This record gives sequence, C-alpha cells and structure tokens, in this order.
Amino acid sequence: MGRRVKRLLQALKWAIGLAGLTSTLYAVADDRLLVSGPAGRPGGHLVAAQRSEPKTLNWTVASDSGSREILTRLMADLIHINRETLQVEPALAKSWTASPDGLHWTLHLRQGVRFSDGHPFDADDVIFTFRAILDDKVHSPQRDLLLLEGKPLGVRKIDAFTVAFDFPQEYSVPERMFDGIWILPRHKLEAAWQEGKLAAAWGLGTSPGDIAGLGPFRVKEYLPGQYIRLERNPFYWKKDEASNQLPYLDEVTFLFVGNEDAQVMRFQAGESDIINRVGGRNFAVLEKDQRQRSYEMRDAGPGMEYSFLVFNLSDAKGIPPEIAAHQAFLKRKSLREAVSAAIDREAIARLVYAGRAVPIAVPVPAGNKPWIDTKITIPARSPERARQILAADGFRWDSAGSLLDPGGGPVAFSILTSNNNPERLQMAGLIQDDLKQIGMRVNVIQLEFRSLVERVQRTHEFESALLALAGPDADPNPDMAAWLSSGGNHLWNPHQPSPATPWEAEIDNLMRRQIVTRNYSARKRMFDRVQEILAEYQPMVALVTPHVLAGARKDLGNFRPAILEPNTLWNIDQLYWRKGAGGPGR
Amino acid sequence: MPAIGSIRMALALLIPMHGVVVFAGFFAPYDYAEQHRDYPYAAPTGIHFKPLPYVYGLKGDSQEDRTRVYALRFFIRGRFFGTDPPGHVFLLGTDGYGRDIFSRVLYGGRISLATGIVATGWALAIGLLWGVTAGFFGGWLDAVMMRGAELFLALPWLYLLLAARAFLPLHISPVQAFLLLVAIIGSVGWVRPARLIRGLTLSLVQCPYVEAARAFGGGPVYLIRRHILPETRGILLTQATILIPYYILAEVTLTFLGLGVGEPVPSWGGMLAEARQYHTLVTHIWMLTPGVATFLTLLGYVHLADVLQGRRDPVR
Repeated sequence: MGRRVKRLLQALKWAIGLAGLTSTLYAVADDRLLVSGPAGRPGGHLVAAQRSEPKTLNWTVASDSGSREILTRLMADLIHINRETLQVEPALAKSWTASPDGLHWTLHLRQGVRFSDGHPFDADDVIFTFRAILDDKVHSPQRDLLLLEGKPLGVRKIDAFTVAFDFPQEYSVPERMFDGIWILPRHKLEAAWQEGKLAAAWGLGTSPGDIAGLGPFRVKEYLPGQYIRLERNPFYWKKDEASNQLPYLDEVTFLFVGNEDAQVMRFQAGESDIINRVGGRNFAVLEKDQRQRSYEMRDAGPGMEYSFLVFNLSDAKGIPPEIAAHQAFLKRKSLREAVSAAIDREAIARLVYAGRAVPIAVPVPAGNKPWIDTKITIPARSPERARQILAADGFRWDSAGSLLDPGGGPVAFSILTSNNNPERLQMAGLIQDDLKQIGMRVNVIQLEFRSLVERVQRTHEFESALLALAGPDADPNPDMAAWLSSGGNHLWNPHQPSPATPWEAEIDNLMRRQIVTRNYSARKRMFDRVQEILAEYQPMVALVTPHVLAGARKDLGNFRPAILEPNTLWNIDQLYWRKGAGGPGR
Repeated sequence: MPAIGSIRMALALLIPMHGVVVFAGFFAPYDYAEQHRDYPYAAPTGIHFKPLPYVYGLKGDSQEDRTRVYALRFFIRGRFFGTDPPGHVFLLGTDGYGRDIFSRVLYGGRISLATGIVATGWALAIGLLWGVTAGFFGGWLDAVMMRGAELFLALPWLYLLLAARAFLPLHISPVQAFLLLVAIIGSVGWVRPARLIRGLTLSLVQCPYVEAARAFGGGPVYLIRRHILPETRGILLTQATILIPYYILAEVTLTFLGLGVGEPVPSWGGMLAEARQYHTLVTHIWMLTPGVATFLTLLGYVHLADVLQGRRDPVR
C-alpha cells in the first residue's frame, strides 16, 4: 500500500517536473542563445582531474583556482569573452547600447531564463550581484574588478529585463569588464547578505539543493578530498542549431588529484577524459602513445602565460643592508640589459619545455597577439654583447673572471624561485649558468610559494625572483596594477606614492591614457610604447611563453583547446561523446 | 666466526665507494656543473669494443650517430677517462640540463657521505658529553638533563626546519649550507646515543674499580677519562654505524624538500628530487641512479652496524 502511494507520488512528481520543464522550454524558446556549429549528441559523463580542491562554492569570496575551476561551470556572466575568438559575445545580456559619451551602458537581459533550481532570472539578480560584490563589508576579492581608478561602477534597474550601468570615467573596453562577473541568485543569497553573512554562505558543506547558478551544470555531489560531481542544468539558456538544449553531457566529475604528474597518470590510465596545462616533457610522454591509448594531444600554440626574472628596485624601508648593497648594481640599467643579453631563452624553451615554448622580448605573453609588440626583437643569447654593455658602464672583471661593479664590489645576487615548480627551477639553473659565463655569481634559492610571494610583494627582502604570470584576458587593462607605479602588482617597486623614475612616469601616463581611449589602434600605439620602455629598462627580464598543451579522449566532440583560461572546458556546454553515452569504460 | 667475513664484505663495498667519491675530481669525466645543452636527457652512452673501447657521437636529439666514432681514452686531461672532443661519454646518461649524471653522482656523494659522517661525529660528541655528565653526576642534574633531552626528541623537526628555511639569509654559500645541514641533522639525532651512554655511565660509576678509584681520591675528570670514556667506545662505534646511514638518508630527505645545498652543487637527495617528475620515471629512468648509490651505501653501513652490534653483544 505504502509502496503504491510512493510510486504514485513519484509519477506525479515526474509529471509535474516534466510539465514544468516543457513550459520553461516553451517560454525561453525564443530567447535562448543559439550556438552555431554542428550539433552533438546528448548524454554521457565526463571525468576531469584538477590539481586543487575548491575551498568554497561562494563566488563572492572565492580567490583560489580550485574554486574558480568549479564555479565557472556553475555560473554565467552578462557579456562573455569567447575563448577562441577573444572577442566579446552576448551571454545573459542579449544586446547592449551605449550613450554617446560612453559612460552609460544599457544591457537588455535574456527573458525566460531560469536558475538551475528553476527560479526565474531578472534584473533584480543583476542588481543584487553588483551591489553585493561592491559592498565593503563583504570584502569580496572580486570588488576590484568593478572599480575604475578606485571608483565603483554604478548600476540601476530600468525594468525587469533592462539594467543600466554608469561608468565613473570613460573606459576603453566596457564590454570586457562584464566577463567573469557571475550573476548570483537573489532569492538564495539576499537574506544572507542582509544579515552580513554572505561571505559564510555556500561553503562546501552546503546541500546541493541550496546552490543555484546560471551555468551549464549544477552541483550533484561532493566528496571531500575525492571529487565533486556536477549534473546538467535542465534550465540552461543555450541551444544548438538543431534546437537541442545544451549542455550535451549529463554529468561531469572533477577529481582532485594534487599535481600535474597525478593528472597525467590518471589521464594516461584512462581514469580521466580530458587534461589541461600539461608541461612540455609530460606532453611528449603522452604524445608518444596517444594512438594505442585512444586519446589525442593538442598543442594550441603559445598561451597567455609568461615567465620573467624581476629585480627588486624598491626603496622601501626595512630592506636589509646586504640586499640594499646589491641593489646598487641591480638598479643600473646596464646590468639588467646585460642579464637579458646573456640569457639563452632558446635553451629554456628547448630544455625546460621540450621545445613547446617561445622566447619573448617583453613581459607580455606571446599568445596575446592583438597586443604584443612584434617589432621588438627577441634578444638572442650573446655573452659578448652583455660584456660590452657592462664594460661601457664601468663594470670590470677580476683575474678569476668574476664581475666587479663600478665600485669594485663583486656582482653576486640571488634568484628566488618556488620549490614546487620543477620547470621554473630548471630555468633558474640555466640562467645561473648563463650568468656565470659573464662573471656574475648567482645563488638560486627555492622557497615555498607563499613565502616567496610574501618577500616579493610585502617585505621586499629579495634581489631577484623568477616568476610567471598568466594574463586573464587578451587586453592590457586587467594588468593595470602591474604597470602603474602605484599598483600592488608593480613587482619591481610596488605601491609608489609617485613614480620613482621618469620612465615609470611615462608608463603611468600611457597606461592611464589607454584605459580611457576607445580606439584600438590608438590604444595599441600607447601599449607598444609601454613595451618599448619595458624592453629598454628591463625591470622584468622576459623569458618565455609556454604553449597551451591539452588532450582528450578521441571520442570527445567539440574539443577545441583555447589559449585563454579555462583552456579546455571553456566550451563544456558543447562537449559531447561521439558514440555511446559516456566516455570509454563508462 | 662469520662476522669477520661479513665485515670484509661490508668494507669491500664501502671503501671503494668512499674512495671513488673522495677522488671524484679524478674519476668523474666532467665537472658537476658542466651543461651540455645540446644533449638533455641523453641515455647512458653505449661503450663498444673493437677491441679497444670507443663510443659513438650524439645527434641533436641525443640519439647515437653511428657515423662518428670516438675512442675512449684513459688518463686524459687529468681525469681517469674521457673522449676526444667533440665526442661525449655519459656513463649514466644526462639530466635535463645535459649534465653528466655519472660525474654528478660521484661529486654528489661527497656531500651526502660527508654529511653523514660529519653529522654523526657532531651528534656523538654532543651525546657523549650529555650522557656522561648526566650519568656521572646523577641526581637533579641527571633528571633535568634527561627530561630536556626527551623534550628535544618530541619536537616536530621537519616542520620546524621547513619554517626555518623561510627565515634564513638569502646569501649562503654551498659550504655554509653544508655546515648548516650538518648542524641541523646532527642536532636532531644526539638524544639516542646520549641515553645509551648515560645508562652505561650509571652502571659504570657503581663498578667496584670505579668506586675504588674514587676512594683513592680520583676526581671526576680523572674518573671519566680513565674509567668511563674507554668503556663507551663500543657504544660509540655501533651508534656511528647506525647513525651514518640514518644521516645520509636524512640529507637525501632534506635536500629532496629543498633544504639542502643549492644548485648546481649536486647531492644524492637533490638529484633524486629532480627525478621525481612523472616523465623522468617513465622515460629517463637513469635519473634514478643516485637512489641506487644511496641504497648500496646504506646497505654497506647497515650491514657493518649489524655485524659490529652482533660482536659487542653476541647474545642478541
């Protein structure tokens, strides 16, 4: 009896659910975003292995890559940067218009869109999201994304599906600012925000039913230390050319495996279906037996990451005297130029990345084709030229061949590097040997990554450091904090009250002008000049940009790795299995 | 007595090993830091005989180029063996920089073995001083010293070391780093010998001949020097053979964690740390030879310790 009632209830639930679903589909049919390209087949399960476990599912406080990697599947933005074309495209906003002065933007939202729990989406959710992020009390790390020169973006509701944004100043690429600003459900989070508890909401212990987003998937199950499993969001707002509801995949599982080697082993053993950010050497191993193991490896070419050697040019108080003494020669332009000339970038690309990296002349990733200044030649290794530059500035060599600065002191300094990045460690070893050839004595010091960052950004107790940065977008604006002398990421001398050198003042001026200029060629000219200055003064000696290396099972359709993050799963809503439901062995 | 034969076996392993390592500058065909950037991860060079030994040249991808032949020469350029340039002989292959692993294993053994031996000397010296003092004088001094030693034993050393590394000065030369390493691992292991020696001292001071010497007016220094120290020799010897392999392994561990002497100076631990990447384990397994060297050395010492312990205490 009880069982029969249960069954009846179950059937009723299904019927209601189905009716709800069809009515939703009917309602959104017109406004769903049509994704062009050949249609795939629905169904199946994808397994991906990621290095770190998410710390939270709350985007307002998420700052670690593990959390962001999961959140980007659960959330959606108003305007999106296509990872393949690098151009902006409509997302939750289907169209937008700007006032003639470019300060006021009106976004028209897609109608009939629902969150993954079925609740309708409208302008209130947008307003809520922007207000919550900009709220000082939330301390959201995303707040900076909505500030222009410290002034926040204004947001106004026009009607249920129209939102207006007021920019505090002219901005070169307003559309790109909306990428990655994920819209949160007001109905789920407003109460927490009003109680001042937004930062504590949506932890990993939250029941999946309490989390809702506008992304292609929603949380199904989380097992700490093991995996997080997502299921398709039946209310997602994209369709393919055959009017199939996207995403195609039923489920996606992210395994937490710790490091790149574990990712490679899982992938090679067939326990995961897709792999990203493989090092050159591991790529070679995977490539060798890709045929017999039925996966394919792809080299998407130079990416958005670049490695560099940065010198400490800071005058901050509290720098220990022995470091300050070495800064005397590190602050000489000739020394930094000589270092750049002595480094064998080609050997770094060949030895460290097995040839899957390209040398660069300026600290701009080689994958950023619209912005990199290709007129600046990449310095070929020339110890002779390095010696000439040094000799011309008064440096000398003693009888043992050690370099002496113009004051007669030996030129010796340390390079800090992270102790858990074997690639950067090897780079440091090569640089150490290159610099030995011109008489510089270099110590390579491995530090735990956090104490390395602490020294570079806060205490300034370092002489030089080997680091890498990854550009989040193919545009100079997200890097303002790196190039402005007042910026916190201005690694060689951060947080300057006023520019310490005339060339930094010129960079400040150019960067501040380009951010308010709307014309691409005019901006490009200014950014080219910034790159020329950086190439001339070498505060950061640019080294190489590694290729984006990825791989997936052969049967995975629409697998097209892109150079912008997330390189492989950016089109997760279009990935599908060519035959059968599920990957091999599933 | 089988022990004598076993000692010979252990020494037959250890003496040549130490000899080769001490004279690494002669036996290694290359300097430890010399980078052959055209040949990263080259496989061990094959030695051919016709009937004199020769090697083939290497191509850009580190494969053998059979069109070029170089004779293997002995006593060349002040080293035991080598080839005429531009030929290369990499007995155990090369690492990611194109450095000869055979040469680096020999030079690296210097750091690893010296750390083991020097740190053992340091630990035994502290242990001896501490143990004899506590055991000889007894009473509250003994209680304080031994509780202090136990407290020392309870510290979470590895975490303390990792934290300490972040605060070290940036400029330490490889020699300073070596001494620091020795001081650190030597300071960790002295408690065990100190306890053993204290126990021995406690029983010795009650021996009739020591009491007799004391009754004749022998002062503490005389008693310790004449009657106590000579008796500790057995313990010191066996503890040394136990501690040396323990410290060699400690050096390997600490360097593996980035706390050892810095690049490009090799040590077995540092070389193994380079080899822990997946691609190395799969395609360049010659990078693991420092592990084999460590294993053989440990085997020699552990065997020696076993035999010596058996001799001192045949009941066991």
